[in-house]
Amino acid sequence: MSTPTQVTRRAFLETAGAAGAGLVISFYLPSGLRFRSPTAGPFAPNAWLRIGEDESVLVIVDRSEMGQGVTTALPMLLAEELEADWSRIRIEFAPADKAYTNPMFGMQGTGGSTSVRAAYTPLRKAGAAARELLVAAAAQTWGVEKAECRAERGAVVHARSKRRLTYGKLVTKAATLGAPPDVPLKDPKDWKILGTRVRRLDTPPKVDGSAQFGIDVKVPGMLVAVVARSPVFGGKVTSFDAAKAKAVPGVRQVVQISSGVAVVADGYWPAKKGRDALAVTWDEGPTASVSSATIAQLFGQRAEQAGAVARHAGDPDGTLGSAPAKVDAVYDLPFLAHATMEPMNCTAHVRADGVDIWAPTQFQTGAQGFGAKIGGVTPDKVKVHTTYLGGGFGRRFELDFIQEALETSKAVGAPVKVIWSREDDIRNAQYRPANHHRMRAGLDANGQPVAWTHRIVAPSIMARVFPDTVKNGLDEEAVEGGVGMPYAIPNVHVDYLLTDTGIPVGFWRSVNNSYNAFAVESFIDELAHAAKKDPYEYRRDLLGKAPRHLGALNLAASKAGWGTAPPAGRARGIAVYKSFESYVAEVAEVSVASDGAVKVHRVVCAVDCGPVVNPSIVEAQMESAIVYGLTAALYGEIAIEGGRVKQSNFHDYQMLRLAEMPKVEVYIVPSTDAQGGVGEPGTPPIAPAVANAIFAATGKRIRKLPIGKVV
Amino acid sequence: MAPITFVVNGKSRTVTDAPDTPLLWVLRDSLGLTGTKFGCGIAQCGACTVHLDGVATRSCVTPVAAVAGKRVTTIEGLSANRSHRVQKAWIAEDVPQCGYCQSGQLMAAAALLATNPHPSDADIDAAMTNICRCGTYQRIRAAIHRAAQEA
Repeated sequence: MSTPTQVTRRAFLETAGAAGAGLVISFYLPSGLRFRSPTAGPFAPNAWLRIGEDESVLVIVDRSEMGQGVTTALPMLLAEELEADWSRIRIEFAPADKAYTNPMFGMQGTGGSTSVRAAYTPLRKAGAAARELLVAAAAQTWGVEKAECRAERGAVVHARSKRRLTYGKLVTKAATLGAPPDVPLKDPKDWKILGTRVRRLDTPPKVDGSAQFGIDVKVPGMLVAVVARSPVFGGKVTSFDAAKAKAVPGVRQVVQISSGVAVVADGYWPAKKGRDALAVTWDEGPTASVSSATIAQLFGQRAEQAGAVARHAGDPDGTLGSAPAKVDAVYDLPFLAHATMEPMNCTAHVRADGVDIWAPTQFQTGAQGFGAKIGGVTPDKVKVHTTYLGGGFGRRFELDFIQEALETSKAVGAPVKVIWSREDDIRNAQYRPANHHRMRAGLDANGQPVAWTHRIVAPSIMARVFPDTVKNGLDEEAVEGGVGMPYAIPNVHVDYLLTDTGIPVGFWRSVNNSYNAFAVESFIDELAHAAKKDPYEYRRDLLGKAPRHLGALNLAASKAGWGTAPPAGRARGIAVYKSFESYVAEVAEVSVASDGAVKVHRVVCAVDCGPVVNPSIVEAQMESAIVYGLTAALYGEIAIEGGRVKQSNFHDYQMLRLAEMPKVEVYIVPSTDAQGGVGEPGTPPIAPAVANAIFAATGKRIRKLPIGKVV
Repeated sequence: MAPITFVVNGKSRTVTDAPDTPLLWVLRDSLGLTGTKFGCGIAQCGACTVHLDGVATRSCVTPVAAVAGKRVTTIEGLSANRSHRVQKAWIAEDVPQCGYCQSGQLMAAAALLATNPHPSDADIDAAMTNICRCGTYQRIRAAIHRAAQEA
């Protein structure tokens, strides 16, 4: 399942970066030559590393830091092989450049839980090659054999003569040496940094307010814009009257751009007041008649049709017909917004000679492509300055906010920062698709499943961003996890009905896995109960050919005390799911109050992500992904009325807060198997684990999200 | 606009923003103190939390006119060199992920500890209502307990 998924995502990214030079390469070591300072600058043996005579070790981080820890994990990879002094490591975010292509995407972007996996070999090789040059420089300086020298903590030592030279003293000579041949990597048993709980390098600037996010960018002459967009998806400006907006002190200009009308002012507040005073008439277009009710009706109609076949084995219909017991279920999940803490924003300066973009973006070469197109310059004239991202979750792979800044800057002839309000953010996103599932299973006389059918009805993200990857109505990403249903069932049918609703859909932490996990892991739980079996044991007995699922499941069950009585008033639910090549099982301990209020007390998580770079970051990502998924499961719903989003801000698009935070325990399965990602895989299992626990507590099966109150 | 004078991080400042301008935007756009963040604009998320005469206050709904003559502390003024005990505890517990909400979380935690040096879990639940989309809540709770022990 993973192979076609990667192909489609890669294909999307190649095309989506309109002007980008997409290179698909599994591994290469980009030369540092182009990045070397024209003066006698630091040692730049490759695109990711600069060592200065002052002993500074600068690591160029070519993925976006949105909380997932790349500013620490990626330097760890490089520093391990470099034998660097960790206290000297500093970081800088990479410009847009093909040297920084994500080899799993073929474009420079951060997503799909790929950062560590993609960098795991290249960055270690880059560190090893640089170390070899420094060792060779020391050997030449001393006139000794290279083999007699070794690197440790930012220096090369010659043990026999007790001589030692720090890297800063060696960089001038090292910079004159040719690249070494392929250098072997260290045996993991010799690792000093990798696998340890290195503290995050980005914590200090994040506790004193100095970390620069996109919204904090200030450049000389900069103006701030707030944009009026169509309240209905797909609507267009018919006319507007800027008189009242321009009367607001501080408002400079009002300009029409492709997404609406931008009010440009000296700061956010006058721009916002100007936008609120603006009178715009919209042609709302056909989506004005769409509502959550019409979408539910459409999904129901579509589910009566046969879909594009995503997986088929044996004779599921025939087996269902003759099975002694049958189970049917329908699951419905809503659209979801990302609600990153930092609202969308971008600063752009479009000039005749080039374009600068300062942005909290997950997609540098995409931003560069838009900069070139809108600025009318070649991509090399577009400089992309990536800031810290105040959350990403897939929302910042989109380029809408970047396009707005570029168009507004071009229109007013000045650097412009476009800032979205929270309401703009909630109402103008590319949402996690709403979706509808129809599932049937046949059980044999022992309660074992002999047939399984799963129909998925949902809008397609790929159909929006890259329609050519959708073949014969099948979006392979949309069925991830449905196709990957891991249980040993001989007769299986999974199909998909691509169903456009007029509401834009996009990547949301764990993407389509977030809904298919709920359907598959709720339904297998229903089968276990129908068979009068323990839901953990039922799964376990069907995972004989899925050892990594099983390992995670067993560890989570054991750590959660599955089989022992939970604390009074609580019940447990379990789920296991593979996504982004990692395997995560979660056990939720839940109580339901007499008024139906759900409280999640404890979540035990077991993750097998293969070799671990930093266990503290893996744990943090599981905690984070669980909160993200739990928030959605309990509260998350973007409802549509009149083609508009009903919700607007955190009072009606509710977030989990500290008082509701369950105790989360994370256990890592020791593993040398293929490496998986960690940013997203913790999200999919939490909703079914909680729903299954609610069933165990109350006997009420949750088939529609969000859960809200259980009544 | 009539000038408005107040104290920010120990220094007297005078601004000429419109009196209805939220303190948040005066801090960020007029005074260049961008550590205080915009998250919702309706006092829901707490990313904009500052201390107003020592009390944790959501600056996105506080008109600048209302702070004339008062004392404002932002994350930039919480300590020199990240030496406040909540900052040290945040570093020790590796709390932040994306970090965007953390200025507000730290200001809320510092205000809590100033009035309640040894808060219980229930006290923390009641005081720490700021939203974190990265889900750092468990580490925030641990860091507050750690900071309380260092008092």
